[in-house]
Amino acid sequence: MQPTSHAFKANVRDALGDETLQRALGNMKTGFIGKRLAAVARLPEFEALRDQGRAIKNHTLEHLDFYLETFERNVTQAGGHVHWARTAEEARQIILGICRSVDAKTVTKGKSMISEEIALNDFLEAEGLVPVETDLGEYIIQLRHEAPSHIIAPAIHLVKEQVEEIFRATHTDLPEGRPLSEPRELTDEARAVLRRRFLEADVGITGANFLIAETGSTVIVTNEGNGDLTQTLPKIHIVLASLEKVVPTLEDATGILRLLARSATGQEFSTYTTFSTGPRRPGDLDGPGEFHVVLLDNGRSAMLGTEFQDMLRCIRCSACLNHCPVYQSVGGHAYGWVYPGPMGSVLTPSLIGVEEAGNLPNASTFCGKCESVCPMRIPLPKMMRHWREREFEQNLAPAPFRAGLKLWAFFAKRPMLYRFGANLAAKLLGRLGRDAGHFTRLPLAGGWTGGRDLPAPEGKSFMEQWQARRREAA
Amino acid sequence: MDARSQILDSIRKSLKRGPLGESAATVPANRIAHHAPGLIPGRTRSLDAKGLRDLFVQMAEEVQTTVTRVADPAEVPGAVADYLANHNLPADLTMAPDPALDAYPWVDRPLLHIRRGRAEDRDQVSVTGAFAAIAETGTLMLTSGNDRPTTLNLMPDTHIVVLRADQVVGPYETAWARLREEQSGNAMPRTVNFITGPSRTGDIEQRIQLGAHGPRRLHIVLVEGPDAKVA
Repeated sequence: MQPTSHAFKANVRDALGDETLQRALGNMKTGFIGKRLAAVARLPEFEALRDQGRAIKNHTLEHLDFYLETFERNVTQAGGHVHWARTAEEARQIILGICRSVDAKTVTKGKSMISEEIALNDFLEAEGLVPVETDLGEYIIQLRHEAPSHIIAPAIHLVKEQVEEIFRATHTDLPEGRPLSEPRELTDEARAVLRRRFLEADVGITGANFLIAETGSTVIVTNEGNGDLTQTLPKIHIVLASLEKVVPTLEDATGILRLLARSATGQEFSTYTTFSTGPRRPGDLDGPGEFHVVLLDNGRSAMLGTEFQDMLRCIRCSACLNHCPVYQSVGGHAYGWVYPGPMGSVLTPSLIGVEEAGNLPNASTFCGKCESVCPMRIPLPKMMRHWREREFEQNLAPAPFRAGLKLWAFFAKRPMLYRFGANLAAKLLGRLGRDAGHFTRLPLAGGWTGGRDLPAPEGKSFMEQWQARRREAA
Repeated sequence: MDARSQILDSIRKSLKRGPLGESAATVPANRIAHHAPGLIPGRTRSLDAKGLRDLFVQMAEEVQTTVTRVADPAEVPGAVADYLANHNLPADLTMAPDPALDAYPWVDRPLLHIRRGRAEDRDQVSVTGAFAAIAETGTLMLTSGNDRPTTLNLMPDTHIVVLRADQVVGPYETAWARLREEQSGNAMPRTVNFITGPSRTGDIEQRIQLGAHGPRRLHIVLVEGPDAKVA
């Protein structure tokens, strides 16, 4: 998809004014956060498991070449094929080639963020294939020609009336009188329609939550079972995964799985966790005849060894989105590309450039909630700060902002002058605002007072109080 | 340079080293060879066999799996028939060709119409065995094979699993160890399904609905043996 991350501020204004979106986002605050908290409270080892998860991923990244080669060897031994793709375009061409090899028409898909990253659906459609998303949320947004607004709940920005509307518009054989106002009815309708799609599909494409080097297995985690039907029924199963999904062993994946569902939805374990190894075996009654894994780099190998390496530990649980006050207020579309929220604010500039996505790392109050809930202990605020530094170094920030920062730096480097100026301003503002206690409007501070009042300073400044205390203590 | 070599080169360049030498490669190679279990949650540690079964049932029921506990294998066909009758479900069922399921006297229930094979779209009810059941989270572990088609776990509206008491383990790691033993080495079955409750979605307004694409009902008949009734 064409990124609109550069227009973040305009996107935010639209999102905040969108009443339907705000109603939909309200559902999220009550769900994910409370459930995660309850699940974590039930597992005394949770914090220790986070440490272990971080260690597993760090070890794997330090030996990434070894584990990828081992993974490839074991996939091949199980009768599967591994394809390496440097770029999104290479990955798309590999997938198209596999689809063409069986004259595929319908391609069912399990939910995959990598597929969004390489804009696979638009590409396959342009090539005359029919890609069908089968995760309920992904299916809904595919019908609406929208991008996902959340990495595990792609249609979280919608209310049920909008789902009914799009089903009535696109499911042409739907009897007019059929009630579709409740989630139960909508889910049943999608189930019936998509079941036919599962059965007619020639190729099934899924993502992967893990790749197991030891066994050459790929792992998907879902609640609906759509990923399993996607990969079991067609002739060919294609797994699309980025490099950093590999872990050494089954036991390593198990350790991280104990973190994933709890951090994501607050479940003890997701409904379906499936390990797939190679194509169907001789004598099997079902399963795909061919098994392909497309390994995508798309900029990740270049993140290794940099201040953004830690981001490659991410397991896409969405806890950072769910807990982010910015995400909670504006939803995912405002971020303008595939990955929203704090993880997106770090990852997006790495993948599409800080020139396009420089606004995103600025969209944070640095409250630190994201890092505190991240199961892999990724220092998200620190990395957003790194992006702000790079943005500044590359002169990407707007001129008034840069000039203001330079002016501030001039004073900040001269403490006497700074304190003198600050005290003067505080006294002046204190006197001017004595009656009201706050300012509703202030010259040069319209950005602040546009959304809230500025309290009038009162009493002594921090430095004055500090010095007074030191004198008392002495 | 081809994509594979270039990606591997790029990884090594970023890590500021060349390909791992023989001695440096022993660290990751040993990690794979030993596949040592990591930290295992303590919630199953002190439980005996019956305690594990109780925890399994409790955790499974929390996620809307239903469980019938029977003492004798001879009671299994009756438990299945009763479950179907109680839910107004047809007595036509598709059963895995798994010889392990031959241990139960299905002929005692002539009204059950049983087909053995993979699932087809019209099938309403499937019956399978399981490889293991993980008490830690109330999770079933099913492995694929010639006589254990995966479609039975996914396509019918109702999935009934017949589980033996000795298949219930504490943590996942015990189940992996059993699988490694059975498969002699690192060879994996084509599919290993970990299933925790019936299919569900919360994609519309975060309201959980069962039966999104997979089974709406997951029922377990747990054959406990004579010690089951000692409570």
